[in-house]
Amino acid sequence: MRSICLYLHMHQPIRYREYSVFDVSNSSNYFDCDYSERQSNERIFKKVAEKSYRPTLNLLEKNIKKHPSFRVSLSITGTWLEQAEKWGPDLIAQIKRLVSSGQVEILGETYYHSLAFFYNLDEFNVQVDLHADKIQQLFGVRPKVFRNTELAYNDSLAKWAEDKGYRGIVAEGWDTILGWRSPNHVYRPAGCKNIKLLLKNYRLSDDIAFRFSNHGWKEWPLTVPKYQHWLNMDCLRGNLVNLFMDFETFGEHQWADTGIFDFLDSFISSWLSEYENQFVTVSEACNLMPPADEISMPETVTWADTERDLSAWLSNSMQKSAMNDLYSMRGKILASGDEKLISDWRILTTSDHPYSMCTKYWNDGDVHAYFSAYASPYESYMYFMNVLRDISYRIMK
Amino acid sequence: MLGWELPPHNSGGLGVACLNMARALAREGASIDFVIPYSAGHPQTDFMNILSATSLDPIFRYGGGSYESPRVLEKNIPTGNKKDFMSIRDVQKEYCKFVKKYLSTHTPDVIHAHDWLTYEAGVLAKKEFGIPFIAHVHATEYDRSGMNRGNPLIHEIEYEGLMLADKIIAVSEATKRIIHEKYKIPLNKIDVVYNSLDENYNIDGYFFNQETYKYIKTLKSSGYTIISTVGRFTIQKGLHYLMEAAALAISKNPKLLFIFAGDGEERNSLIALAAELGIMKNVIFTGFIRGQKLRDIYSISDIFVMSSISEPFGLTALEAAHHQDALILTKQSGVSEVIKSAFTYDFWDEKKLADEILAIASQPKLKKSLQNNIRNEYRKISWGQVAKKCLEIYNKNIKRKRN
Repeated sequence: MRSICLYLHMHQPIRYREYSVFDVSNSSNYFDCDYSERQSNERIFKKVAEKSYRPTLNLLEKNIKKHPSFRVSLSITGTWLEQAEKWGPDLIAQIKRLVSSGQVEILGETYYHSLAFFYNLDEFNVQVDLHADKIQQLFGVRPKVFRNTELAYNDSLAKWAEDKGYRGIVAEGWDTILGWRSPNHVYRPAGCKNIKLLLKNYRLSDDIAFRFSNHGWKEWPLTVPKYQHWLNMDCLRGNLVNLFMDFETFGEHQWADTGIFDFLDSFISSWLSEYENQFVTVSEACNLMPPADEISMPETVTWADTERDLSAWLSNSMQKSAMNDLYSMRGKILASGDEKLISDWRILTTSDHPYSMCTKYWNDGDVHAYFSAYASPYESYMYFMNVLRDISYRIMK
Repeated sequence: MLGWELPPHNSGGLGVACLNMARALAREGASIDFVIPYSAGHPQTDFMNILSATSLDPIFRYGGGSYESPRVLEKNIPTGNKKDFMSIRDVQKEYCKFVKKYLSTHTPDVIHAHDWLTYEAGVLAKKEFGIPFIAHVHATEYDRSGMNRGNPLIHEIEYEGLMLADKIIAVSEATKRIIHEKYKIPLNKIDVVYNSLDENYNIDGYFFNQETYKYIKTLKSSGYTIISTVGRFTIQKGLHYLMEAAALAISKNPKLLFIFAGDGEERNSLIALAAELGIMKNVIFTGFIRGQKLRDIYSISDIFVMSSISEPFGLTALEAAHHQDALILTKQSGVSEVIKSAFTYDFWDEKKLADEILAIASQPKLKKSLQNNIRNEYRKISWGQVAKKCLEIYNKNIKRKRN
């Protein structure tokens, strides 16, 4: 059997507003601003819900009903769920229906979409548990396969996940690591016994996620028969194709007028029309076959940029100082016992915040700048540090 | 009198200085026509005639801006002849035209022109109408560009104006030196007249708003010393040196908080530098502030630093003195010539600046005596004196003309 493991990531950060030093000690509202402002979480969530979440979930639900063998896996962050509860409860209800169909699996991750694993293991454990509890509460299931924020993965994370009892973990199938090996197999992380490693087939994933509407791409336009042909060819080097991408690929990164929805719709039917083809969830993928080999990633690998490292989040001095200052407050924050304070602090651990301070490509005005909620990385840093000031003021009081 | 701005349509100290000077001169009996390049109302200026050279809105006094498309300018510039006001040069030409027309029906005793923006009109008055032309230098292009040569066109206009002026008034000895060294003007042609504090400062009925900076107050009561600086974030202000000195000082005494009040082209690199040095926790950027919020910054500060690489005068130091801050001034700032109860340093000497900050922070008696002595000093300079000196200069030149 040839299997596709389609896994989509749903996330929205809770952005801080343009929090000025004049707000410090006077207002501890960091996250709410006018609907028209650039950082309005409500406006952004509602916009993406309209363009992407609703049409895509409808499309997935339709196919789940039509094809009993269709499967999809979702990772949904706590910050997304909190915002959906406020501004799109219908989305949660719909995901609930999808999960109860048995054809949709939900992955585990940090509640706040944070990089806590690299800063504070206790905090990381707490955030993973918070997320699992939230998923259990809303959908009645507990995650069995783990994904870390930005697919940031290394050997010690795999060891942690095995000890925590996960069946599998997902990571980027980066050539530098794989060498001649194919991502189309199940692997075993170095130093682990039972846990399985699923590797993203980044070429075939990115054909949809990044290149689909690129008129400059020599393969444009991407049709279902052409893509299916590539899949068939790729299956010659392993029968499991892991297509991991942002949920927002459908409708937000690739707008409806590019034909992305029609593509996904007919692709699902077309793939299943061949008798030896199937879709699998991440857990099912782990059970498909014994591990082909052991894979070691001593250095952290992510799914971002050509470097596939954490440099988009944690390389410049602003990002480092922001995160160091943030995590160094943890002891005092928790000791305060103030739940609002603790949750405000945790919202700041979301990786999108240091990402908005990234200067790597700032001058080129590329995706980093395009997706930023702030006028510049410097401003983002300035507002973030002002928020930290108020938080430390609240501890002092 | 020829100027480019008056409060409330001012972007910096030039307008404030012009207004105070004119007011004091009027008090001494001078009758003044003041030409500005835009049209707008100015409250509390009934002591002189304000003449508008164009019907432009004040924000377009520097021209439409080279980054706007013609279509945007078309929309924004509210005048019949839009193409005429694309750049500051166009506004200056129009300004000259107006002055020329004015002089065909009026004959003032003297023309007093402020900074390069109006020198062309001053030159015109002297050349074509034979009126004594006093050039007042608040800043030169060297100051504005961090002691580099800056814009050659501006330099050229300054040079012509300074050469042809009957007399030059410089706001400090430092400025006089620059005019002499960089523009080759003989020293005896230049008089120094120091600026003074805005008169409104005393009568505004200001009181410190305790609520604005609760957070800083809390830090202060836990032993922090507050150090502030105020101004445009440009190369002229030497703020990178201040930031480096801040890091040095913080490494010895972590209970220091630096407030950078203002905005400008160097803001991003200053933020990045603070992050680089790992001191962002001890540094606050307020953005551009004025009025009450600015005065609250002075009030809450213990120390005010003027870090300019070159500062013809430095009015903010007097404002800080008014709020009883201890002052640390670069030797390159004009104000350090009149204020003696202050620490000084060379703008590049980060270590010395750090030493001075640490000394004031750790010795309350030193801080108190600096703060007290400065109060007596800054009151000695007044706009009345400025006006008297100006009148003296006017009369000499009028006489010379007549003889």
